[in-house]
Amino acid sequence: MSKLKGGLSRRKVLKTAGAGLVTAGVAPSIFVRGAWAQEFCNNPTGDTVTLGFNMPLTGAYADEGADEQRAFELAVEHLNGGGDGGMLNTFSSKTATGNGILGKKVTYVTGDTATGSDAARDSARRMIERDGVIMLSGGSSSGVAIAVQGLCQERGVIFMAGLTHSNDTTGKDKKRYGFRHFFNAYQSGTALAPILGEQYGTQRRAYHLTSDYTWGWTQQESIKNATEALGWETVETVLTPVGAGDFSQYITPVLNSGADVLILNHYGFDMVNSLTQSVQFGLRDRQANGQDFQIVTPLVSDLMAQGAGDAMKGIYGTSNWDWQSPDEASQAFTKSFGAKFGQPPSQAAHTCYVQTLLYADAVERAGTFYPPEVIKALEGFEFDGMGNGQTLYRAEDHQCLKRVHAVQGRENPQSNFDRLETVAVVERDVADFDASLFGGELGPYDAAAC
Amino acid sequence: MEAIFAQFLNGLDKGGAYALIALGLTLVFGTLGVVNFAHGALFMLGAFCAVTFRRLLTLEQVTVSETELTPWGSPLEIRVPYAEQWFGDFGQVLIDYSVPFSILLAIPVMLIIGVAMERGLIKHFYKRPHAEQILVTFGLAIVLQEVVRSFFGANPIPQPIPSSLVGAADVGSWLGMQANQVVYPWWRLVYLLFSVVVIGGVFAFLQFTTFGMVVRAGMADRETVGLLGINIDRRFTIMFGLAAILAGLAGVMYTPLLPPNFHLGMDFLVLSFVVVVVGGMGSLPGAVAAGFLLGIVQSFASMTEVKAIIPAIDQIIVYLIAVIVLLTRPRGLLGRRGVMEN
Repeated sequence: MSKLKGGLSRRKVLKTAGAGLVTAGVAPSIFVRGAWAQEFCNNPTGDTVTLGFNMPLTGAYADEGADEQRAFELAVEHLNGGGDGGMLNTFSSKTATGNGILGKKVTYVTGDTATGSDAARDSARRMIERDGVIMLSGGSSSGVAIAVQGLCQERGVIFMAGLTHSNDTTGKDKKRYGFRHFFNAYQSGTALAPILGEQYGTQRRAYHLTSDYTWGWTQQESIKNATEALGWETVETVLTPVGAGDFSQYITPVLNSGADVLILNHYGFDMVNSLTQSVQFGLRDRQANGQDFQIVTPLVSDLMAQGAGDAMKGIYGTSNWDWQSPDEASQAFTKSFGAKFGQPPSQAAHTCYVQTLLYADAVERAGTFYPPEVIKALEGFEFDGMGNGQTLYRAEDHQCLKRVHAVQGRENPQSNFDRLETVAVVERDVADFDASLFGGELGPYDAAAC
Repeated sequence: MEAIFAQFLNGLDKGGAYALIALGLTLVFGTLGVVNFAHGALFMLGAFCAVTFRRLLTLEQVTVSETELTPWGSPLEIRVPYAEQWFGDFGQVLIDYSVPFSILLAIPVMLIIGVAMERGLIKHFYKRPHAEQILVTFGLAIVLQEVVRSFFGANPIPQPIPSSLVGAADVGSWLGMQANQVVYPWWRLVYLLFSVVVIGGVFAFLQFTTFGMVVRAGMADRETVGLLGINIDRRFTIMFGLAAILAGLAGVMYTPLLPPNFHLGMDFLVLSFVVVVVGGMGSLPGAVAAGFLLGIVQSFASMTEVKAIIPAIDQIIVYLIAVIVLLTRPRGLLGRRGVMEN
């Protein structure tokens, strides 16, 4: 047997090398959970894991952003074992126990999307590159959500979308790394149309004012299709710039258009402004075509109802969630949120809180932060105890399927937080739709080294 | 016909705001020769006078209920504004009418701000090129808006219309049209009337008072007025204060129509300059005429029938008109010979 310099035999070298290869190639997958951990963006290696929350702290949707920030703060507190635990106590999956995520303490950084896609992408990029976030969440605009989830797909960072309601988010613009808990415009149409038909009849002429970006377009298309299926006629559809402020020039033509319903496909301050100005113009007290004139806001939130005040009375819309829902999970969250911030949570706060918990749970179930495994843990995940009944994170389009709330502005609110009332809960099977309806491709699972 | 009339009213309403702001802007230019890019910030500061006044009126005494709980289990806080406690029904009226009452706060505050701005900063730039004046006043505008942002945050702060002025007037029936065909919100009519009265007041002040006569003389020939032993600088400082008041009042009364935020001034600044340029630099009647003209044209451009022919024309019509006016009439509609031509 040939001897190498230093007394090593070839057999010894081969044995050592073979053992080394086995150790390097196999042992991590046996002994170390998260064996893929070396090759993905912002792999948390210390005692902490950083999440990035990107919200509209300024701009037309700033109220939602402020409430999202509160919800994220509360979610992180609960994940780290603080407070009363909120929905961790009611969530059907019991993996998250208040010990951070995979034993790492959760920290977070925040960014301002300024309700704009460019600012949102810049902020998200900064959080990925500078702050090392492993997951991004938040936002209150579909334009922002689509822009950020596109970036997240490139960088291999999971995006748990905040409030985004466009059909495109989980339709033609869906991404493997993007997940939406919030419902979509199509589901709003499905939930709202039967109520509109019942309350206002089938002989109606509708005029649409619509925010000129992806959410507005799909919202208009969905509610238009749903109301036309009832027998309504669409008189006119008019696009308005986001953040227009003064809508008087758009409202004036409604008066003599022959319409007897105004549908405001607006959100945030835009909806508050367009609704209050419509009421100022006397639309709600008006008669047209022998019927009372009606205003409809297909997507509405408590925050907008508070902003619009009495103008909201009697007006129908839809919501993802209602803080007054009687189920145990909703009450647990409302109690935690109310005790900490002195006000009930909005639907934007709810969806962001739930998304953060769902991500943490998926990591725990996957046993790793490695994004492709976390994505697989979220895909097809069925859960309950988050305030929307039995819920499915559909694998085909990353859309959560759950109940939808049809709401109406209260005539006699008991407080400023009590301006919306759930008039019908549309069950999941009714609000369901085909995953291929809005097209798109999810794209690859591949993790990226950012 | 009704639709056209309704858009005409809309245009007058917008034009009222443009004219009020542009009037102050052109007054400063005509008297002091300063291109004041901080004028939009004065409009914004006026709006925040209304916000501040309402906040003062709605300061609340908070007591915690011993028996009632919130839905989330905390003791219920009962809040009663001090104004209601101290003044009873009159306190409620004060809060309800906080926007028009805040004019009383806005006039002295805006006068002080205007005079301080002119004496503290702008007077040092009288003899400097217009480019430097623009830079320094634009910088001042940014400082002012950031100060407001730090105190009031970035979000718009809605201000309510007084309860008796909520709703719409049947303007069409006043003019013999069919009932309910042309309705217009009461507060917008109030704003239009307010702007007409204020503009009329400014013209009357300049036309029928000795002070106004000296100012007009100073605008025409500053040196000769100075040679007559009249301290024209002091009068021009007061005119700067008056311009600040005009912008401030326009801002106060606009708050129920558009919830103010720190950026409000910038939103109006560019349009106001276009109004001044179209009307003619330094021409007071030109600023008023151009304000109403551009408001009306912008309103008509947003009609569906117009946009069906030229999409998005409502977003560019004002600038298009400015280009046409400058090409065909470089001094503006009512511009004076020699102004900005040397």
